[in-house]
Amino acid sequence: MHEVMDPAKYRKIRDEFGAVVTALGAEIPELVVLTADLMYPTRTDEFAKLYPERFIEVGVAEQNMVGVAAGLATCGKVPLVADYANFICLRAGEQVRNDVVYTKLNVKLAALSSGLTFGVGGPSHQSYEDLALMRALPGLVVLVPSDAMLSGLAVRAAVAYVGPVFIRLGRDEEKIVYHEKIDFEIGKAIRLREGRDASIIANGPLVAEAIEAADELAKDGIQATVLDMHTLKPIDREAVFRCARETRLIITAEEHNVIGGLGSAVLETLAEKPSCPVVRIGLPDIFPIIGPTWELRAHMGLSAKNIADKVREHLGYTAK
Amino acid sequence: MSMDKTARVHQVETMALQMRRHIVEMFHAAGHGHFGGSLSCTDIVAALYFGDILRIDPKNPNWPDRDRFIMSKGHGAPAAYAALVERGFFPVEWVKEYESLGAHLSTHPNMHCIPGIDISAGSLGHGLSIGLGMALGAKMDKKDYKVYVILGDGELNEGMIWEAAMAAGKYKTDQLIAIVDRNNLCVGGRTEEVMPVEPLADKWRAFGWQVLEMDGHDVTSILQTLDFARAAKEAPVVIIAKTIKGCGVSFMADKREWHGHAICSAEYDQAMTELGGVCGCTK
Repeated sequence: MHEVMDPAKYRKIRDEFGAVVTALGAEIPELVVLTADLMYPTRTDEFAKLYPERFIEVGVAEQNMVGVAAGLATCGKVPLVADYANFICLRAGEQVRNDVVYTKLNVKLAALSSGLTFGVGGPSHQSYEDLALMRALPGLVVLVPSDAMLSGLAVRAAVAYVGPVFIRLGRDEEKIVYHEKIDFEIGKAIRLREGRDASIIANGPLVAEAIEAADELAKDGIQATVLDMHTLKPIDREAVFRCARETRLIITAEEHNVIGGLGSAVLETLAEKPSCPVVRIGLPDIFPIIGPTWELRAHMGLSAKNIADKVREHLGYTAK
Repeated sequence: MSMDKTARVHQVETMALQMRRHIVEMFHAAGHGHFGGSLSCTDIVAALYFGDILRIDPKNPNWPDRDRFIMSKGHGAPAAYAALVERGFFPVEWVKEYESLGAHLSTHPNMHCIPGIDISAGSLGHGLSIGLGMALGAKMDKKDYKVYVILGDGELNEGMIWEAAMAAGKYKTDQLIAIVDRNNLCVGGRTEEVMPVEPLADKWRAFGWQVLEMDGHDVTSILQTLDFARAAKEAPVVIIAKTIKGCGVSFMADKREWHGHAICSAEYDQAMTELGGVCGCTK
């Protein structure tokens, strides 16, 4: 499925990330960007060229990078670590916990290439446990933006926020969810569709799939609410409660293990209130096979089709 | 705080003795403590805080132009607590409450609980990277403060130390001064048996550092070396301080067992006799 990605429908996450970081360089003199030999892959080379005195290249040494970022933050800098998600969360996980989160330092962790977005890279370069780990770090804000524009807005919001933030970002083309400028507020889910039958709560690349699924379901007369839960933590509890109150089924959809991510966060929230049934879509606690990202997503059921199928199945819908 | 050489040495020696009393009394009140590594770096910490080395202001602990101090071997923090309380960063009551529920002072330091602690620590290997970040921040802001990082010799087993060493060499971070508390012991025994770190000076030199050596219990040697290190240019400086774990209390000296240990009344009495009497900080 090596289709040519239509630029009217897809935009590259890394390109948007790099452009926003470059723009922020001009706006925020305290911004310092750090990479572990991933300047080009994270598209921070333009920032490095314009602001060499505020760009730190530590080489392939993620633990040191996060520690240096913490030290810079103690001096009033706003360090932004640009790296791959799994290297931040796992290779430098203890540094994130002890040096950045425990210390409440103003470090921004831009976790690119997350989930299956480097499908052919295999598990060493993918991440499906990052959100479970980051979500459990006390007080850490965790953002999972869906498309390129929202990724840029999430990075901006993270930099404006005072305190540590983890921003889960993709890699290459993702479907465009937002065609017009929207407001991004940390902790406030975006309602993209309104429906009384089912709710699809999604984040990251699954938001676009959720919209397609809702549109598909509408043809069958099934009305689905779609929520872009771009802030995994603190989760928008009221938005989750409303789904449980107003619809008969909640589907969560995420590019992450079904353990510990969005599905878990929604269920934890709903454990406190009466709820409709909740079905989680994500990776079923396995390391997936290798494959190009979009084929791999379809294979693993991280698709509009599977979301729509699950809604029909759990609502007891049979085609006429 | 300028003073003549003899008075300076005398002040540091006097305060080092007082700090040792604080440390042993604190640990006695808590029932246990990291005696070995707190006492091995006491004279160095005393020199930093009472020898006119650190540019700090107890009334303004977050002064942006202050020198930074990091106890990377976080379990040595009680030596820093003893210095900070004597410099008036916090009241002596905090020493009495050491390790109690909700205490400011505990086994490992929390920057948000203790004025004068520039970074939380505990897990080994982190402090040099953080200190490097502080030194790079100083360079960006054209500030002239120094960053002092005390490292354990066992801590040098951590890979992160050498990541930071490599990066400091690359950036020629001359505002960063690392001090290795080379007491030759780690939890499991002799460092050279558990995991050899020698030839230590050559290792640092190979990473682009200027290497100094000193007797970590001879105050004249410590002050001379720190004065020299402060004036260094164009390269980060590491000082390898030859020390004795548990220094100052005869039965703890160079004993692996006293890395972390409970202390009984008889041992406490003997220790305090050797240290010239109790200071009463936990009474």
